[in-house]
Amino acid sequence: MNLGESSGVQRALDAVRNSALYKSVKNVKFFLALLPLSWLILFFLIPVMVILKISFANSVFGIPPFSEVFKWSANNIIEITLNIQNYLNIMGDSYYIQSFINSAILGTITTVTCAVFGFAMAYGIHCVRDGLRTPLLLLVSLSFWTSFLIRVYSWINMLSAHGVVNSFLIRIGLIDEPIRFIGNYYMVCIGLIYCYLPLMIFPIYSALEKIDKSCVESAWNLGCSISRTFWTLILPVSSSGLKAGCLLVGTASLAEFVIPELLGGSDSLTFGRVLWMEFFNNLDWPMTCALSISIIALFVIPLFICRDRERERN
Amino acid sequence: MNQLNVTIRQSSWRPRRFGVEESLLTIPRREAWQNPGAEPFVVIKNVSKEYDRVTPLRNVSLSIYKNELFSLLGGSGCGKTTLLRILAGFERPSSGKVFIDGVDITNIPVFKRPVNMMFQSYALFPHLNVFDNIAFGLKQDKLSKTLINDKVKEITKLVNLSGFEGSFPDQLSGGQKQRVALARCLVKQPKLLLLDEPMAALDKSLREVTQFELVNIQERIGVTFILVTHDQGEAMTMSSRMAVMEEGKIKQVGAPHDIYEFPNSKYVAEFVGRINFFEGIVLEHQLDQVLIESSEIGCVCNATLAGTVPVGTRVTYAVRPEKIMMSTLRPAYPRNWVKGVIKEIAYLGHISTYHVQIASGKVVVATLPNLLRLDDRNFQWEDEVYLFWRAENSIVLTT
Repeated sequence: MNLGESSGVQRALDAVRNSALYKSVKNVKFFLALLPLSWLILFFLIPVMVILKISFANSVFGIPPFSEVFKWSANNIIEITLNIQNYLNIMGDSYYIQSFINSAILGTITTVTCAVFGFAMAYGIHCVRDGLRTPLLLLVSLSFWTSFLIRVYSWINMLSAHGVVNSFLIRIGLIDEPIRFIGNYYMVCIGLIYCYLPLMIFPIYSALEKIDKSCVESAWNLGCSISRTFWTLILPVSSSGLKAGCLLVGTASLAEFVIPELLGGSDSLTFGRVLWMEFFNNLDWPMTCALSISIIALFVIPLFICRDRERERN
Repeated sequence: MNQLNVTIRQSSWRPRRFGVEESLLTIPRREAWQNPGAEPFVVIKNVSKEYDRVTPLRNVSLSIYKNELFSLLGGSGCGKTTLLRILAGFERPSSGKVFIDGVDITNIPVFKRPVNMMFQSYALFPHLNVFDNIAFGLKQDKLSKTLINDKVKEITKLVNLSGFEGSFPDQLSGGQKQRVALARCLVKQPKLLLLDEPMAALDKSLREVTQFELVNIQERIGVTFILVTHDQGEAMTMSSRMAVMEEGKIKQVGAPHDIYEFPNSKYVAEFVGRINFFEGIVLEHQLDQVLIESSEIGCVCNATLAGTVPVGTRVTYAVRPEKIMMSTLRPAYPRNWVKGVIKEIAYLGHISTYHVQIASGKVVVATLPNLLRLDDRNFQWEDEVYLFWRAENSIVLTT
């Protein structure tokens, strides 16, 4: 009796699978996937290709301010002129190399600091009682509701020569001359950490929330002290969130322009500022493009290699 | 001497349940809990647990003996899980003490207790494979690598998981996950193993097999098991003794058949199986025989009762459905039968359940084995039948 019933269900399912409606629904799924794919191709892949092309052009006066790479000449010949001088300049000039190194150091310090503080905060929020979690998360996301520019600018208001902190310290007689807080790499670092900490907290928090509470209890039960449980269970299991957070903070802080510009002073040399100057001050489009491509090659490609290696390991 | 001691052990209580011929041949041994001189292995002494508003445990005392498979049975919110968590150390009792093997462990932190717990969700570590999951507890004890290897190998063999060492938890079936969880606890050689609803996540057919498997493993390694369950069938199949709990109190402790046949309250009687209740008044009480008049049944019934009940006491007279016999002929004796009309018949294959309405309007449930095929059945809907039962099979409840 039971057997007949199940085969009846099977037949009904087969009929549904063979129907035209089901097939079209399956196609809808395909179209749904196509939508973001075509968006990425149209607005990400093609522009990057254009940038790659321009990076091999010569800088000229005119509109557009670069020479053609592909030229259609008589006799149906396509002439390709690749100018690699921009790349050679980048590799040979300590100015560019220094900006890369500075950005990399700033990015690393920001990412590591954010990872430590972000994990601590996410874990703290994860540990408090149920009713407190949502307000705390809301407080973290609150910083996103204020304009990024205003948040960075208010640091200047706080720490400039005539800012709140210096005025206060002079008023109470602790110092005579205002301290120069603004205009160095420390300040850039603080600004970066301040702005990008939430980007680290959220992915880690969501990874922590996924840990089964009984898994933690079971680790204690198997002889793990509370601190050992953290290192052997909580950290490894939430590492996916930590990695996602590092990726977000790392990429964002690497290419940051506003924070070094406002808090780093005029002589701070970071990749974002160099890019800005090449484009807006020197109007050198090919150089700007070559710099952009270099940073992709330098920082993004290793990321993909890391990911592939991890996939192989699993 | 760090090797696992897997020895085949003759269980003191097994023959009675599984080998009929054995129990007939051997002189019945006295169980540990029947021996007044026996030292209990786990002692729970006046343990209470109070939260702000709820009191999940009220003054619970319990003694569990070595090598027992003890079940805590009860509905949700009866405190059985709280008691288990107190034994594991996840919760501290508000008052009272817990001893294991003579040592007061009430204030010992979780990770230092000789107690392991198997969780309902199994709580396997998702980032570790089967081998590392099982070895996890041993690594915390800082054992040498070869020793860990040997122990894990031995235990994987015991739970039938050889060949799965490299698999990750999400690649395993429910039954395999359960065995990993079990192995992970057993490899630590705990003095006491706690199991929180171990079968809840398994489907029905697998559950029955696993119940026997678990009992066999328990017999072989000789660890004291305490099991929490809401499934009375599971508790009765597996345990040497069980405790029925309600609202943070223990209602009755005993071997499964004792609790089933001689429940001490309506709650326990109802919880461990189907039962018919009739209100009645004691007419006469001589030695171990009581006469009860029940207006609900409409006749005088007699039953055996060990204690003393004063004449005139209101009692509940109870008979289990499978103890009731059914006939179309009127019994020749004056007591312990009632006439009724069959209102419902539930055919379950091996048995049928009959709902018979008697003169007082009460519906009595009787189950009869289907000795004949359905077409040859003697009873049909709306048939007038006589229900009768033996005095020694009925229960008198004073609470």
